[in-house]
Amino acid sequence: MKYVDEFRDGALAQQIGARIRAEAQPGRDYRFMEFCGGHTHAIARYGVAELLPPHLRMIHGPGCPVCVLPIGRIDQAIGLALERGAIVCTYGDTMRVPASPWRAGPLPNARDPLGGPDAQRQVRGLQDSGLSMMKAKARGADIRMVYSAADALKIARQHPEREVVFFAIGFETTTPPTALVVKQAAQEGLKNFSVLCCHVLTPGAIAHILDAPEAQQWGDAVALDGFVGPAHVSIVIGSAPYEAFARDYRKPVVIAGFEPLDVMQAILMLVRQVNEGRAEVENEFTRAVSREGNHAAQAVVAEVLELRESFEWRGLGEVAYSALRLKPAYAAFDAEKRFGLNYRPVADHKQCECGAILRGVKRPTDCKLFGTVCTPDNPMGSCMVSSEGACAAHYAYGRFRDMAPPRSLPVAAPRGGSGSGPAEPDPRQSPELGTCGACSAPNQIPT
Amino acid sequence: MCLALPSRVVERLPDDQALVDLGGVRKTVSIALTPEAQVGDYVIVHVGHAIGLLDPEEAERTLALFAELEASQAEASQPTGAAT
Ligand code: SF4
Repeated sequence: MKYVDEFRDGALAQQIGARIRAEAQPGRDYRFMEFCGGHTHAIARYGVAELLPPHLRMIHGPGCPVCVLPIGRIDQAIGLALERGAIVCTYGDTMRVPASPWRAGPLPNARDPLGGPDAQRQVRGLQDSGLSMMKAKARGADIRMVYSAADALKIARQHPEREVVFFAIGFETTTPPTALVVKQAAQEGLKNFSVLCCHVLTPGAIAHILDAPEAQQWGDAVALDGFVGPAHVSIVIGSAPYEAFARDYRKPVVIAGFEPLDVMQAILMLVRQVNEGRAEVENEFTRAVSREGNHAAQAVVAEVLELRESFEWRGLGEVAYSALRLKPAYAAFDAEKRFGLNYRPVADHKQCECGAILRGVKRPTDCKLFGTVCTPDNPMGSCMVSSEGACAAHYAYGRFRDMAPPRSLPVAAPRGGSGSGPAEPDPRQSPELGTCGACSAPNQIPT
Repeated sequence: MCLALPSRVVERLPDDQALVDLGGVRKTVSIALTPEAQVGDYVIVHVGHAIGLLDPEEAERTLALFAELEASQAEASQPTGAAT
C-alpha cells in the first residue's frame, strides 16, 4: 500500500538499528517515552525493541485513549444506557473496558466477589467483578458501536423518540469529528442528541508526566531523556505545542509516524540530540505534520469545545487543563448537563498495575494478572483492551520473546507448562526495575 | 484506536464527503476537516474523517533519508555498522 509499505522495509530497519547501536554511546543510558499507543503497537508488532541496544529503553506513555479513560466515565456511560434508557454510541475498543465492580449489580459474584473457596470460581469472580459496555449490552442496555461520530448523529436522526448519547473519547485526533457533529446537531436543531465529552489533550499529559512527584519517588525509573512525539495528534495540533517541553524541561521531542521505520528513525534522531546535548522539537513525520497543524480542525474544536480546569485520567489522577467539554453555547448537547451527571471517581482493581504502567514506572510483566487472569479476551484493566495498550501489545507480540533464551545462547531452553504461561521480564531490559515476585514465580491460577 | 491509513481521494462528493481508495477498498469519508483535498491527493483517514493531507514530496524526502543511510552503509561495508 502506498506510503505504508515503503516505511516497513525490514532491511532498512536493520540498517537504522545498526546506526542506533553505533551511535548510542556505551556507558550512557537512553530512556525515551513513546507517548502514543500507536508507537507502542508498532514497537511491539515489528520487534523494534530487538533492534535496539540494551542500554536504550523505550517506555510506554499514556497515549492510548482507551487506556487512560477512567472507570468512572465508563460507569456514567453504562448508567445512561441502563438506567436512563438512552442509546449510547461509542467507538469499538471502549466497549470492552471494565466498569467498576459495583456496576455489576445483583449478580452472585458481585455480592461475593471471590465466589467461593475453590480456585476456579475465584478466578471467575475476579473476571466477572465488573461490567463493561459490552456486557451491559448483553443485559439489554442499548449500546451501539460506531465507526465515526457522524454515525451517532445518524442514529439520533433515526430515533427522534429516544435520547442518543455519543460517548466521545480520544485525543486531539478524534476531537474535531466530535466538534463537527455537535455543530451539525445544533444547526439541525436536534432535540435528542448529546455528547458525553471525555476528550483529552496531549500537552497536558506530557507536562503532568514531567512534573509528577512520582518522577522523584521512583528515581531513575521514570527519568526520561526524550519523547517520541504523537503522529496523528500532531497532524491536528502541529509540532509547535511541544516546543515548550523542549525549551522548559530540556527534553528532546521527535514527532514520528506510526510505521516501524518512522519510529526507528525518530529514535536515531533522539539519540543524536542526546549525544549532542540538544533539546529540540524535530519532525520525522513531515509528510503529514506541519508546525501549525490543521487549521480547519482547530477552528471547529475552538468553536464548540473549551478547556476543563481538571479531568481524571486513569493512572495519572486529576490532570489540570488536560481535557475538553462543550462550551456553554452548546450546553443543550452536553450529556453531563442534560442528564445532571455527577462524576464519581473509582479506584482501579487492586492488583491491576495499569496506573503504574501508564505513568511509565512499571511494565506489563510486572503485573500479577498479566497473561493469566487478564488477557485480551478478558481484560481486567484498560491497558489490555486496545491493541495500542501496553499490556495488549505485549501480550500479542512480546510475551514469547520474553520466554526465549538470550540470543547469544545457541540452544532453545525447554519451555515449561503451557506456552501461554506468565511472561518473564525481558532479560536485556530493565535491570533497574529488577524482577518482582509476580513475574518470576509462575502464577498457579488456571486460565 | 489512533491508527489511520493514507487513502487516495477518488472523487469529491456533495456535503463535504469524498470517495477514497484504501489499498483497493473504497469508502466514503468526510473531508470537512480537509476542505483543500483534491482528487488524487492522499489523505489520512481517522474515524471516518480525513484529518490531514499527506505531502508526497516530504514522503520522498524521508525515504531519501533512509536511502542515504543505505548508501553510506554500503560504502563502509567491510566492518559492519553494528560494531561500535
Ligand atoms: S495485565 Fe495490564 S491491564 Fe491487565 S490487570 Fe495487569 S496492568 Fe491491568
